[in-house]
Amino acid sequence: MSYTDAFFYFFAALTVGSALVVTFSRSVIYAAFALLFTFLGVAGLYVLLQADFLAVAQIMVYVGGILILLLFGVMLTTRVTNAEITTGTVQGLPATVVVGILLGTLILLVSRATWNVQESLPDVTGTTTEIGERLLTTFLLPFEIAGILLLVAIMGAAMIARSTDKTKEAA
Amino acid sequence: MIPISHYLILSAVMFTIGCAGVLTRRNAIIIFMCIELMLNSVNLTFVAFSAYLGDSAGQIIVFFVMAVAAAEAAVGLAIVLALFRNKKSVDINDVNILKW
Repeated sequence: MSYTDAFFYFFAALTVGSALVVTFSRSVIYAAFALLFTFLGVAGLYVLLQADFLAVAQIMVYVGGILILLLFGVMLTTRVTNAEITTGTVQGLPATVVVGILLGTLILLVSRATWNVQESLPDVTGTTTEIGERLLTTFLLPFEIAGILLLVAIMGAAMIARSTDKTKEAA
Repeated sequence: MIPISHYLILSAVMFTIGCAGVLTRRNAIIIFMCIELMLNSVNLTFVAFSAYLGDSAGQIIVFFVMAVAAAEAAVGLAIVLALFRNKKSVDINDVNILKW
């Protein structure tokens, strides 16, 4: 087993293990911190797949942005009287059946199909230039739409988050 | 060399874990985290195919998925905060005023 194989299994175990903690932990804070390790594991897998730009973007966007936002959400929605932020699970049996069927189907599909791909990864010395060029040529329209989407989302989030204060002042 | 099916199965497992969380948890913020898990697993599939096919289009789509995920997290958390102000709870079973 080569080094990269060992790294793959390490990052895969990190990702799946912390994903399980996210889903089944009773504490919301523990789930949020486990999500950090899931994101880091996925970023490591991106590095193994020679997607260096995306690995950095993953850490900056997910760990630096979304996870901090989620932690703010956890902190702001905690009742002061509740010392422990816990939450249970429901509908265990139907969920197990659905999830089991889903996982079985996916694994069966993946293992049966013959993927028409290269046996070994091509040597790439960096993807940033190519991604930048394609974003501003082939994918220019989606790129601009993504910008508009982010702008609208920021304005919408600000509107929704403060709307109740306004009505309180009016009343 | 890791075959691509390893990456695909890993991503299937991650997607399933996220799906289980969305189905069983009742805390809105945990459901968010599980949706992020599912988005991440699909991103991993995109990047794996992009690398093994030698085509960077998959990585660009992952870039867009990240943008949409960031927008979704911002708007979603704003909704959760507004909900918490009105209902003093983030349990989705308490959000049933549209239920007939």
